[in-house]
Amino acid sequence: MGLIYPTGSAAAHPSNDSPGYKSTSLRHPKQPLVLLPHTLSEVTGPVYGHETVRPGDDDLTRQHAGEPLGERIIVRGRVLDEDGRPVPDTLVEIWQANAAGRYVHVKDQHPAPLDPNFTGAGRAVTDAEGRYAFTSIKPGAYPWRNHHNAWRPAHIHFSLFGPSFLSRLVTQMYFPGDPLFPFDPIFNAITDPRARERLISRFDMDTTQPEWALGYVFDIVLRGRDQTPTEEPHDD
Amino acid sequence: MTDGITPSQTVGPFFAYCLTPKDYDVREIFSPDVAGPGVQGARIRIEGRVFDGAGEGVGDAMLEIWQADAEGRYAHPADVGARGNAGFTGFGRAPTAPDGGFAFTTVKPGPVPGPGGTTQAPHVSLTVFSRGVLTHLRTRIYFDDEPANGGDPVLALVPEARRGTLVARSTAPGVYRFDVRLQGEGETVFFEA
Ligand SMILES: [Fe+2]
Repeated sequence: MGLIYPTGSAAAHPSNDSPGYKSTSLRHPKQPLVLLPHTLSEVTGPVYGHETVRPGDDDLTRQHAGEPLGERIIVRGRVLDEDGRPVPDTLVEIWQANAAGRYVHVKDQHPAPLDPNFTGAGRAVTDAEGRYAFTSIKPGAYPWRNHHNAWRPAHIHFSLFGPSFLSRLVTQMYFPGDPLFPFDPIFNAITDPRARERLISRFDMDTTQPEWALGYVFDIVLRGRDQTPTEEPHDD
Repeated sequence: MTDGITPSQTVGPFFAYCLTPKDYDVREIFSPDVAGPGVQGARIRIEGRVFDGAGEGVGDAMLEIWQADAEGRYAHPADVGARGNAGFTGFGRAPTAPDGGFAFTTVKPGPVPGPGGTTQAPHVSLTVFSRGVLTHLRTRIYFDDEPANGGDPVLALVPEARRGTLVARSTAPGVYRFDVRLQGEGETVFFEA
């Protein structure tokens, strides 16, 4: 379990002081963060695997009596560490809006219909090679009140644990070519364009199934890399 | 090698039906009740509120805790000394109520090893996710009735005037109060790691 977590890697994350995203204004710390050494409390973390999911949790189109409306999709990918090695047996939780851009959450009241055949929550656990897959429908873009005529690009929310409390990640997956990217302050809060690109899934014909569903690939890289091999310690 | 890690995005306002689905027709896999009936240790309740920079309760946040068991053992393979605590996962997840309130029930953690042969005072790791928080915030909960706080190597890194924000206050037997202030007066100490 010799993983280390270089702090420089975390620079890819967006700053919580991102004024374009209005809700940050009263919710970001103004005092400097304190650098925390990576003690046992940090390099350990919750381990949740196959016992947490049930058959069908990974198919969001089959949670109700009928099928949801919308464009059926398969989203698959691998969960990797920074060295590109698979993160096996780790829980992936997702949630999303329906094809009309409406969430079942009670607080989403914007004028778009709910779909009685779609909740939008799914779970999967990665296999030995770090692979996961979900079947769902493509979520719609939705309006929000951040600024005049604000619309979120279509996205699926992801939550992952990985090997420790340092690798914990909550993020959003986007779809390629979305015209709303330049206008979205949440996406653009990530300042490095290459890091932003890593949130955009890729359309994949090999994942696409004939007469059935379009396929998208979204690989996720969590913090953690192999400890650099060192010499055996000497006693003298 | 990879091009770098996948960056964080906010949990947003609509996570509850997946991550904390108690009020929805979705099976709940995590809860704020960390210690099942068979778990050894002193039962405690950690309760408080999350406040924003205007002093308003944050009603759409999610908190997660991670802690050792009563004997200071983590349920994780990296804790090579840990044996026999299989009944205690050490992980809890709680949404905030509309007024920002939250509560966890758990056992009081034991002291755990720190860097360089030191010992860390009993503490709980806490992360805060919320709309308006793009990258989750990380802090720690210590306990005001632990003399070991004085020798804790992490508390020692925090400016003395702010240390109190990391210490839960005992308000009744087995009950501790811990408020999270995201910004402003009494702002909680958050860590980068
Ligand atoms: Fe969303």
